[in-house]
Amino acid sequence: MALVEVKGVTKSFGGLTAVSDVDLAVSVGEVHCLIGPNGAGKSTLFKLIVGLYPPTKGTIFFDSLDITRERPSARVQRGMSIKMQAPSVFKELPVRQNIQVALQQRFSGAERDAEEERLLTLLNLASESGKLAGALSHGQQQWLEIGMALALQPRLLLLDEPTAGMSPEETFQTGELVKSFNAEGMTVLAVEHDMAFVRQVAQRVTVLHLGKTFARGSLESILEDEKVAEIYLGRTQAHGHGH
Amino acid sequence: MLKLLDGAQTLGKGWTFWSCFLIVLAAALIYPAFADSYDVGNFSYFLIWIFMALGLCLMWGYGGMLSFGQTFFFGISGYGYGVLAINMGGGSTTIAALALAVVMAMIAAGILGYFMIWGGINGIFFGIVTLSATLVLAFFLGQTAGPEWHIGPARLNGFNGMKGMDPLAVGDTYIEGSALYYVMVALIVVVYIGLRMLLNSRIGNVIVAVRENPQRAEMLGYDVRKYQLLTFVIGSALAGLSGALYTSWGQFITPSSIGLPAAAMPIVWVAFSGRSDLTATLVGSFLLLFAFQTITVYSQQMALILMGGLLLATVMLAPQGFVLGIGKLVVDRWTGHRRGDTNAVMADTARLQSDET
Repeated sequence: MALVEVKGVTKSFGGLTAVSDVDLAVSVGEVHCLIGPNGAGKSTLFKLIVGLYPPTKGTIFFDSLDITRERPSARVQRGMSIKMQAPSVFKELPVRQNIQVALQQRFSGAERDAEEERLLTLLNLASESGKLAGALSHGQQQWLEIGMALALQPRLLLLDEPTAGMSPEETFQTGELVKSFNAEGMTVLAVEHDMAFVRQVAQRVTVLHLGKTFARGSLESILEDEKVAEIYLGRTQAHGHGH
Repeated sequence: MLKLLDGAQTLGKGWTFWSCFLIVLAAALIYPAFADSYDVGNFSYFLIWIFMALGLCLMWGYGGMLSFGQTFFFGISGYGYGVLAINMGGGSTTIAALALAVVMAMIAAGILGYFMIWGGINGIFFGIVTLSATLVLAFFLGQTAGPEWHIGPARLNGFNGMKGMDPLAVGDTYIEGSALYYVMVALIVVVYIGLRMLLNSRIGNVIVAVRENPQRAEMLGYDVRKYQLLTFVIGSALAGLSGALYTSWGQFITPSSIGLPAAAMPIVWVAFSGRSDLTATLVGSFLLLFAFQTITVYSQQMALILMGGLLLATVMLAPQGFVLGIGKLVVDRWTGHRRGDTNAVMADTARLQSDET
């Protein structure tokens, strides 16, 4: 069963069509990765799913309900949460308060305090909890934002380039984190350029190109597709390790 | 409930702070016993404006919405009190008139706020629209000199101002002099404590989050428009409370309480005090009002020039506010030396830095 389903969605900005007649279904419990070259429309598609843009055409379903006209906050209330592409945290508030604002949606009292400590430890931010979020390194801000998204205990976690600016080690840790939450039943949709990360976590992959769905399937089958190699990975890297 | 008194959003916590609070409160309570009735009346007059300043602090400092229209709601409620008190007759109905006048300001804030916030107006445009609203109201009331401008027996009277309403009263006894002073002190304590608890609650957490990054707050499942409207209505209602109390205090109100110079005043008080903290705003506004009143006795022009100079100095030298800056310095030293609690200092510094943007 599809948790989120995008049907025939188009988004135009003036003359530019960023996303054109895209269909995408993410099944309950899977980790689905969205890949494609820059400008393929990945982030736009994310913003359409979460409600930051209204689609020019098409319908978006969450849990079989039409949510196309709902505000982002209403969609989040239904059980999705997002980590945006550029780190988007409350920079002038302490790290702890960032987590609290998110946590208070689901928890209160002692339960909230316990969850707060657990998340801060999980994200390796316990020693930084009194710092301003804006004073954290880029990678740490990414983690903090992932933490805020997780604090909502979403059924669908949307990650837009979760590992941008992270070292290979941090990227790997992030992948393990995503896998552990997926093992507990969370559905994940991620946009990612880092093929090592995609290989680590993805169960299914969709390739976007010029705003259209280009290919779909397991990472192996995608990598064997000559056309995908041409538009995205570059011929020489098609069967290698690069990204 | 009580633990909401202290928290991340408000400076000052624990025994030291609340002891100081109680000492100041006690001093305020025994003050009328040592002062002559003229000074007590004057003090009541300064205290009238504190509500307006606290309301602006909530909207601007915490909510990130610079309302230039505190005097709009001050005026609606001030004139509202006059019209209601005259029409409903004196005596205890003046209390109802006060409450209804504040409700009128809240309704006006609800309507104006709805159109602004749902219409996506923010930043500098929020200030422009609210300023326009207050200027339009001042202009409108200025041309109501003719006898046709009346609501029941209440004449609006144009620039000459509206008069003839009763002051607040219980039965046949007017609340004036020390009694009015005590009512003011009690109201300030209630409003101050109430706002502290609001800001340190779950709602307060969201209000500051919306100021920092509205999109992120929306993405955490909060309908930011509702929180902004709530902040705007509460802040404007406090301006309304000031307005109704002002009319009741002097039994008089004119459009000049609503015009441009009046509208700029709350901005000066709050900016000078430190908009990001309630206590700083409370203390700073009181000091400024006291200084302003003292100087006005000698020269009103000088007092206005001083206000302008202070605003300039604040913007150039201490964008986070003078009272807050000095207060923070003292508090940081104190907590830093006494307990070496790095977390507290860190959080305090965090708050200070956040004001500089």
